[in-house]
Amino acid sequence: VDAFRVNVIHARQQVRSPVTNIARTSFFHVKRSNIWLAAVTKQNVNAAMVFEFLYKMCDVMTAYFGKISEENIKNNFVLIYELLDEILDFGYPQNSETGALKTFITQQGIKSQHQTKEEQSQITSQVTGQIGWRREGIKYRRNELFLDVLESVNLLMSPQGQVLSAHVSGRVVMKSYLSGMPECKFGMNDKIVIEKQGKGTADETGKRSGKQSIAIDDCTFHQCVRLSKFDSERSISFIPPDGEFELMRYRTTKDIILPFRVIPLVREVGRTKLEVKVVIKSNFKPSLLAQKIEVRIPTPLNTSGVQVICMKGKAKYKASENAIVWKIKRMAGMKESQISAEIELLPTNDKKKWARPPISMNFEVPFAPSGLKVRYLKVFEPKLNYSDHDVIKWVRYIGRSGIYETRC
Amino acid sequence: MTVGKDVSALFPDVVNCMQTDNLELKKLVYLYLMNYAKSQPDMAIMAVNTFVKDCEDPNPLIRALAVRTMGCIRVDKITEYLCEPLRKCLKDEDPYVRKTAAVCVAKLHDINAQLVEDQGFLDTLKDLISDSNPMVVANAVAALSEIAESHPSSNLLDLNPQSINKLLTALNECTEWGQIFILDCLANYTPKDDREAQSICERVTPRLSHANSAVVLSAVKVLMKFMEMLSKDLDYYGTLLKKLAPPLVTLLSAEPELQYVALRNINLIVQKRPEILKHEMKVFFVKYNDPIYVKLEKLDIMIRLASQANIAQVLAELKEYATEVDVDFVRKAVRAIGRCAIKVEQSAERCVSTLLDLIQTKVNYVVQEAIVVIKDIFRKYPNKYESVIATLCENLDSLDEPEARAAMIWIVGEYAERIDNADELLESFLEGFHDESTQVQLQLLTAIVKLFLKKPTETQELVQQVLSLATQDSDNPDLRDRGYIYWRLLSTDPVAAKEVVLAEKPLISEETDLIEPTLLDELICYIGTLASVYHKPPSAFVEGGRGVVHKSLPPRTASSESTESPETAPAGAPSGEQPDVIPTQGDLLGDLLNLDLGPPVSGPPLATTSVQMGAVDLLGGGLDSLMGDEPEGIGGPNFVAPPAAAVPANLGASMGSGLSDLFDLTSGVGTLSGSYVVPKAVWLPAMKAKGLEISGTFTRQVGSISMDLQLTNKALQVMTDFAIQFNRNSFGLAPAAPLQVHAPLSPNQTVEISLPLNTVGSVMKMEPLNNLQVAVKNNIDVFYFSTLYPLHILFVEDGKMEAVSSRLQGSNIFTVAKRNVEAQDMLYQSLKLTNGIWVLAELRIQPGNPSFTVRLPAPALPALGCLLPCAGQPLLPSLLPRAGVSLMGALAQLGWGPSEPDVNEHQNSEPSFQLSPIRLPR
Repeated sequence: VDAFRVNVIHARQQVRSPVTNIARTSFFHVKRSNIWLAAVTKQNVNAAMVFEFLYKMCDVMTAYFGKISEENIKNNFVLIYELLDEILDFGYPQNSETGALKTFITQQGIKSQHQTKEEQSQITSQVTGQIGWRREGIKYRRNELFLDVLESVNLLMSPQGQVLSAHVSGRVVMKSYLSGMPECKFGMNDKIVIEKQGKGTADETGKRSGKQSIAIDDCTFHQCVRLSKFDSERSISFIPPDGEFELMRYRTTKDIILPFRVIPLVREVGRTKLEVKVVIKSNFKPSLLAQKIEVRIPTPLNTSGVQVICMKGKAKYKASENAIVWKIKRMAGMKESQISAEIELLPTNDKKKWARPPISMNFEVPFAPSGLKVRYLKVFEPKLNYSDHDVIKWVRYIGRSGIYETRC
Repeated sequence: MTVGKDVSALFPDVVNCMQTDNLELKKLVYLYLMNYAKSQPDMAIMAVNTFVKDCEDPNPLIRALAVRTMGCIRVDKITEYLCEPLRKCLKDEDPYVRKTAAVCVAKLHDINAQLVEDQGFLDTLKDLISDSNPMVVANAVAALSEIAESHPSSNLLDLNPQSINKLLTALNECTEWGQIFILDCLANYTPKDDREAQSICERVTPRLSHANSAVVLSAVKVLMKFMEMLSKDLDYYGTLLKKLAPPLVTLLSAEPELQYVALRNINLIVQKRPEILKHEMKVFFVKYNDPIYVKLEKLDIMIRLASQANIAQVLAELKEYATEVDVDFVRKAVRAIGRCAIKVEQSAERCVSTLLDLIQTKVNYVVQEAIVVIKDIFRKYPNKYESVIATLCENLDSLDEPEARAAMIWIVGEYAERIDNADELLESFLEGFHDESTQVQLQLLTAIVKLFLKKPTETQELVQQVLSLATQDSDNPDLRDRGYIYWRLLSTDPVAAKEVVLAEKPLISEETDLIEPTLLDELICYIGTLASVYHKPPSAFVEGGRGVVHKSLPPRTASSESTESPETAPAGAPSGEQPDVIPTQGDLLGDLLNLDLGPPVSGPPLATTSVQMGAVDLLGGGLDSLMGDEPEGIGGPNFVAPPAAAVPANLGASMGSGLSDLFDLTSGVGTLSGSYVVPKAVWLPAMKAKGLEISGTFTRQVGSISMDLQLTNKALQVMTDFAIQFNRNSFGLAPAAPLQVHAPLSPNQTVEISLPLNTVGSVMKMEPLNNLQVAVKNNIDVFYFSTLYPLHILFVEDGKMEAVSSRLQGSNIFTVAKRNVEAQDMLYQSLKLTNGIWVLAELRIQPGNPSFTVRLPAPALPALGCLLPCAGQPLLPSLLPRAGVSLMGALAQLGWGPSEPDVNEHQNSEPSFQLSPIRLPR
């Protein structure tokens, strides 16, 4: 441990690798704000598993006591030991599902005495059983479920406006308040599924749906989804855990609607002056409103002063971040906005050229840039007598910016 | 306790609290026990009673907790009491207890392996694999795999189609972690035929869309391994390849640390099967705020994927990277541009112009790196891009790193005739000659000599100046030697000098940093694990105490053998020869390289060839001893891989032949040929030597060493005037008589010559120790090659110390003493090298254990200090009668070690070879 502290945490230079080998001992580390989580081994272990475990551990800790901070960890020392005891045994990760853990590791610790024998065996069978994420006997008066389609658009554009790489990584987050052991079936406008169905029905439907369907490059699912069924029929069926969870993640690269275009124009006027003009264009239906737009235009290190003129929103030069930050609260589709700035530079004799970091952008739009649509979500509960129609379902689409950069 | 204070004094009080009903308090007490039981073993016994009682508690959570905690207390006395409760818990009705108990067996095995075996826990554990609860199955599998790892020989996890089927069913049901254990375990299984492999693959593929990347990587591992068994023209093979790509790409959107692990693995996969990701270049483009380790890895993969189709994109990206902030990253990006130029010939032009653009930026380290890279491009495409030299020369003054300076000087020297002021340029460097690093000095010396040979009239003075600087004022022996060589060369015969110095250089090959195929195959079996992150076999970083099983990819089955393409043949076939024997690394490597050697590798740099030679020597030891007295069967490619069932027989045969060898040797002691002779290997392939092929070996017969050569003329013209010379070497080996080829060698003729050697030549330490550089001359040209000679030819007859063991005496290795320690036979061996170095070795032989160990406890001289790393090298049983050979094998292995030579070093070492030829008598 000491060696790790000396060699990694207090090392002068940047971390060169998340895995370090010191004296035949390998250290894996993950950093969360100023807390380092490290795993140690002397053997040839599954590295991917170790990192996954560290992340899961962070999740579990966050679920139990909120933010992982020094103070929180000190206050919850006992709890952490208890958790570790349960999620890890002799280096084998056991169960990291927060829902299940909460049934028998409680913060109060009193509950355990009152448990009946039945409850205990129920806990154990749940922990080890097939459906480790849901306990029996949940009841709600109103059966509700919320579905959020969250997408983040990642873009890398060249100064000439050429898209170098763009992809959308999306998540479908579900919040379920359903009674019993419901079986859910989820459908979306995935190309492969629609084509399959299109073959069966008339050509016309195939054509019509072909336009709206999207090609998903790859998707990963929460462990509650029956993967073998997805592989054979491409249907997503699952028994959801209670509360909020991430049903699936997916990634698409084709036919992405880029909500904004950024057109930069940088001109060097002499050695001490720089003129920057940036135009952003929104590219979606005029009826929709984009929110929380923020454009960050980097400036050279030797900037002495900046004058900004913008047509819309507010722009400020932040010397500490070496950037001009331009904020627009709301912007409708198919609009255009512009900012121009004059940057005064201090003359330096530094030969090194300014690296010109890319212009980055943040925004939120109320649609899914990949074009993904939820087609249906059916709920079946064989035991309790409520049907699909009784469930109140909400769907919401949010498109966010991921790493949305334009080189200049 | 948790804040680091020692609270062991409270032990008795805490133990008293154990019987509480409060679960939380109980957990804390147990935690305390785990920490302090070791320091107070006597008191810990007090706790045993409660443990046993808790193991029968009605609450399954408490039962499990007790078993779990007991396993973590590493006190012998407690372990004894653990057995009974553990046995009960393994059969507990509650799955939660069972799964905890399964892991506990692994814990117990770690403390006391013998106990676990005696108590029959392993069988119970095997039964648990067919448990109804998936989590129990997963933990049982995990525990068994861990135990099996420390017992490479035992067949603990004997998987058969039935158990595999069970595992696959459990795979669908258990938690993400359980899936990882099962998949890792599946990867160790070798299916019987391609149909079975395919069905397993089909059932594993759904895992590729799991959210947990460790599950995905483990699934990829299983698929990559089993794909080896599928024939390539199968439809399924294609779909599988297609299915692999998207999940791998998705891994890149995970957190940076996982990305790093994924990228390291993708790097391996790309080397093994580039077709999987060839269309996915874009995802490896570096993002601005990726951590540096992710950036560097991405860059590496980009170069590997670069091809004619995507080169334009790649170049544009690389150029962008070259303007970034991080120096290391920028350097690597610039270097990558050069690699692209060398790899994709069509793009070379564009690469060069990109590099020139970069040089224009005048950022110091970019310029330097660009020049180093341009030098390599010149080597690959000579006389094609000289037009850029002018630009390079402009930046001469800004170069301050030795590597860049050396590269620049090389360029100036190489193109001296085209640079008008070459002499001025070089002269300017000469002023600060003594402040330069050796690399620059050597390069400068060569460049000036080249210049002199090209423009003799104007540069006479310069040459004399540099030669005197190099020979008289320098302390560096390399520099002095080279200086003298040139001096003598120039003063005696300028024409010869011209031929030697200005000789055409071998082209540099394109992919120099590939991982060796064997290692790669082994690493593929370790996808997802640390080994794949380090790109090293586990034995390189895991404590030596535990035996490490070498894994190898399964061979293609006989049905698909015919369809297999040549590039996969070396990967699949040789490992099939001995799937159950644990091959030592050297053997396997030798096997593989031997296959590679069949068709001589197209113009590999010389350093690589010498490595291969070494490997072949090893192979001599390994293969020959495996085959014993059936030498007719030699030759890897023809050797048909026996199916798995036949293996035991094969093993038995080799044992038998090993024994008969032993008798052979004992009877052969009195006769002349006592020493073991390595079979002949090709030292100089015909392609590299204008039709002259040389193969040979070294022998020792009654006190004299000789080199048996076989010269074959594969050219169309007659060869005459043969001569041979050795470079200085570690033991002063030199020819004792001139090379005598009486008649001219006509085309397709072969002669065998035995060249007597002595050891009175001048001595210089070589790396590796037994490296020998040889020059052979004929009427056509002079050829150079290097080889490794087996050390045992140097073992002299008077190396005997005391008692004689007739077994090894044949090879001039003598037994000092024999001792019996802990049921192991220890043999202490001595041998003496021709230059008087004594080597002592300890040979540990354990009856019933197929492997035995050679240890060199006290290296006689510092020169042999480097031998120590080979301590603990496991060797094949059949090598026993040839301990001399194996010792030598260990020595030879040392020279190049398990790691392959570094790229850059490789490229840079080349020109220096070309510059240090040995002069031959004319």
